[in-house]
Amino acid sequence: MSGPSTYEPKSGFTRWLDKRLPIIRLGYDSFVAYPTPRNLNYWWTFGAMLSLCLIVQIVTGVVLAMHYVPHINLAFSSVQRIDRDVPFGWLIQNIHSVGASMFFLAVYIHMFRGLYYGSYKAPRELLWILGCVIYLLMVGTAFLGYTLPWGQMSFWGATVITNLLGALPVIGESIRNWLMGGFSVDQPTINRFFSLHYLLPFVIAGVVALHVWALHESGQNNPTGVEVKSKADTVPFTPHATMKDLFATTLFIMLFAVFVFYMPDALGHADNYIPANPLQTPPEIVPEWYLLPFYAILRAFDFNIGPIDSKLAGVLAMFAAIGVLFVLPWLDTSKVRSMRYRPAARQFFLVFAVVCFGLGWCGGQNPGNILAKSGDFTATLTWIQGGQVATQPIEAQSAAQWEEAARAAEQGAQGAAMMAVTRSGATTGTLRAVSGGSPQTRTVRAATTDELETEISAVKAEVGSAAPFFTVERYTPFTFTVTRLAQVLTLYYFLFFLIILPLLGLRETPGRVPDTIAKPVGDGQTQGAA
Amino acid sequence: MFRALSAAAVAVMAVAGVAFAAAEAQHPRDGNFSFESPLGGYDMAAVQRGFQVYSQVCSTCHSMDHLAYRHLGERGGPFALYMVRNEETGELEPHVGESAHGGRFVDVTDNPYVRAIAQAVTISDIDPNTGQPVDRPGRISDHFRRPFPNEIAARAANGGGYPPDLSVITAARHGGANYVYSLLTGYTGASEGTLYENHYFPGGRIAMPPPLADGAVPYADGTATTADQYAHDVSTFLQWATDPHMVERKRMGVIVLAFLLVLASLLYLGYKQVWRNESH
Amino acid sequence: MAGAASSAHEVGETRRDFIFIAGGAVAAVGAAATVWPFIDQMNPAADTRALSTTEVDLTAIEPGQQIKVMWQGKPVFVRHRTPTEVADAQRDDYASLKDPQIDADRIKQEDGQAGRPEWLVLQASCTHLGCIPTFAEGAYHGWFCPCHGSVYDTSGRIRSGPAPKNLYPAPYVFTGANAIRIG
Repeated sequence: MSGPSTYEPKSGFTRWLDKRLPIIRLGYDSFVAYPTPRNLNYWWTFGAMLSLCLIVQIVTGVVLAMHYVPHINLAFSSVQRIDRDVPFGWLIQNIHSVGASMFFLAVYIHMFRGLYYGSYKAPRELLWILGCVIYLLMVGTAFLGYTLPWGQMSFWGATVITNLLGALPVIGESIRNWLMGGFSVDQPTINRFFSLHYLLPFVIAGVVALHVWALHESGQNNPTGVEVKSKADTVPFTPHATMKDLFATTLFIMLFAVFVFYMPDALGHADNYIPANPLQTPPEIVPEWYLLPFYAILRAFDFNIGPIDSKLAGVLAMFAAIGVLFVLPWLDTSKVRSMRYRPAARQFFLVFAVVCFGLGWCGGQNPGNILAKSGDFTATLTWIQGGQVATQPIEAQSAAQWEEAARAAEQGAQGAAMMAVTRSGATTGTLRAVSGGSPQTRTVRAATTDELETEISAVKAEVGSAAPFFTVERYTPFTFTVTRLAQVLTLYYFLFFLIILPLLGLRETPGRVPDTIAKPVGDGQTQGAA
Repeated sequence: MFRALSAAAVAVMAVAGVAFAAAEAQHPRDGNFSFESPLGGYDMAAVQRGFQVYSQVCSTCHSMDHLAYRHLGERGGPFALYMVRNEETGELEPHVGESAHGGRFVDVTDNPYVRAIAQAVTISDIDPNTGQPVDRPGRISDHFRRPFPNEIAARAANGGGYPPDLSVITAARHGGANYVYSLLTGYTGASEGTLYENHYFPGGRIAMPPPLADGAVPYADGTATTADQYAHDVSTFLQWATDPHMVERKRMGVIVLAFLLVLASLLYLGYKQVWRNESH
Repeated sequence: MAGAASSAHEVGETRRDFIFIAGGAVAAVGAAATVWPFIDQMNPAADTRALSTTEVDLTAIEPGQQIKVMWQGKPVFVRHRTPTEVADAQRDDYASLKDPQIDADRIKQEDGQAGRPEWLVLQASCTHLGCIPTFAEGAYHGWFCPCHGSVYDTSGRIRSGPAPKNLYPAPYVFTGANAIRIG
């Protein structure tokens, strides 16, 4: 795409500079004369917004670092001081915390756009992979930054995530302690997290430079997915793309401003306004919204897979969910780039998008919440109203023979209407048998196990001392919990990348792809091409 | 078939939802606070009264570590002082709170109200001459006096319960000021040992005894001295304490959004202009 | 483009120029307004500004003694001068001075009222390069700066050495018979 440079220095100074440091030429070729496909839609404006987000986060972050104190006893107060006493501190702190969310909002749209229009396919594999690296660094930076205010969520989030690394076999424990600088999240942790949180954005900026470089080498993809063939297919970046990016970015800033000025805490969690307390875990720990889908995948694994225990499986799946993006260029076998011409793939993509939202929803829910069940939880209580109670001690020779002794005692009490054995020690116990009286049963139903136990207690209290003991048979219906839903969604997430995309590319019948970008609108209307 | 199944699922979920709501804390009732609307500010008289309730009732157990007395007299604070010119006499007169006629803000170091509030408080400090602990009158730069020297002392004095710091309490609880207001007025009267029944508190039982009673705090401005009014006022005060820059923030937001709207319109016109001869 | 002759084209160009100039101007205003909070945040914060006064109890300072107190994070000398020192200071009021000033002006309170001759409140920072001068050294029985040898008299006026100015008085007022507030 980078043809011969068309930059011509006009003044003596620019000619002098161009011979020594052709920096104006670089800027001109990259952001002015750079040929842009003429058919880019608004989904292509998110790159500009992401640049803005990175700059905003770095500038506000550097400013906040002038006031923030990375100390377990002072961090929370120093953030409060920023909000209350530092001139415009409240504004800058709000921009930084809302900015993290806006950054992820834009990056997710940017990634879904790349997925839909096949922007990861040759020759843009490296461009896509560099993007994935940026995303991974963003996740790391966001996690480190969320620790710094040292509220309850900060502390327990850091504890939970560092414990993830402990899941790795053999070396996990050492790595975890190495990362925390101790045996728990404490002063060394916050100090190093602050240092790394300051460092990583500059690493991101470096990778962004590579990302843009790769973009300018291979050229931008476009909604048709057809490569640029002639000058008629393109317009110069400035002013055409620049104006569109500026307009779209201003709309994005308006959304940003609505959050900063009117809902600064809407995307955060109330518990992070409680100072960190290592002695008390908050009732529910959830990450920020942008990490919820991965959190759901982590928790979806509540079962061991062979030698891999559930914890490690969850951790591996979570990392694999991001890792699979790195190999996506080689998983999708389709010759057609844009899903605009792949009707079948479009359906699967739509489901995939819904699945990602669904995973995000699951990540924010209590994993045990029941979404659907085959019936009520029921319990059947049986007891004898009135009647004589005979108590008989049971003694076994040894603990191993307890079962035998108990059975023998029960047989001795044949004829009783109801009996119950209570074990009081390794070899001792009692048999209580009721004879006479009238046998009663009652069945209670409830929507949850907690409520069922309440119902059972209510019946017992109602019958009271009229019955010496009860037998309770509980029936648990089939339940579909948040965890089960997350498992289904996780399955689809991986199926989409590992099975659907590879097979679909070989089997589907794509629609007719236009020959050139400019063709859909006809040759007659391209007279304005630069 | 599929539709019937999903309808059944929705029905089950609805029932489950109701059941969960019953087990959790009751949803806070709405205090109809002025600051809840997008452009609403604080009722500063209520913030002042709320500060009085905090000082005379809540502060015996609850700290507010992140607030200093000077905050009361800074811009946007309940005792912010302005010199306003009297239209009739032409004299400058002190006026608490922002006036419709503008006026010059008086720096908090020269604010007699805040100075008096601070001096009425006894602060534990170290004597600069002897190095020994000493009690002295408060200064405006002092943070609100702590009722207990540390958390252990607070727990020991409150039967094991820890009265939380109230500096950012409305941000730290779901429901914010409405939650605080509901909790303070939500006692049923029943108690169990040292716990009091209150359906707005998660778990339904709270260690804090009902703190507010009718007539406990005298108001100078003629406002009704009911427990409900106290709760409403102190919730307003605590919301101000959590978010003292709210009014400034909302005002600035209007300007910023109006500016962005103009900029976006101009950029849209510019964009259309640039692309007017291009097919795309 | 510039060579286009038709008037329709010129009208189009005028409209385009207007949009771009207006857009550019609005954006420039926005950028300037955005920069201000990022500059202002480095100014002293409200808590720092509120610590701008220091109260000093004078009862414990004997004649001939001085104490150093912190005011706005900087040391201040509060000196209880002996009658001899006061006499020396007043005697030199009209001597040949690098930075002429009479002693009565140097002990004036912040509100303009006269001070008390025995109490001298000075910023403890040499006007040369900011070191803290030591007392009772040098030819004038006042202060001597060990860094570069500036010599001050008992009123804190510069008498010899590289410092250009007298030691700056700290703004103070008497809040009682034996108490002052600095700042």
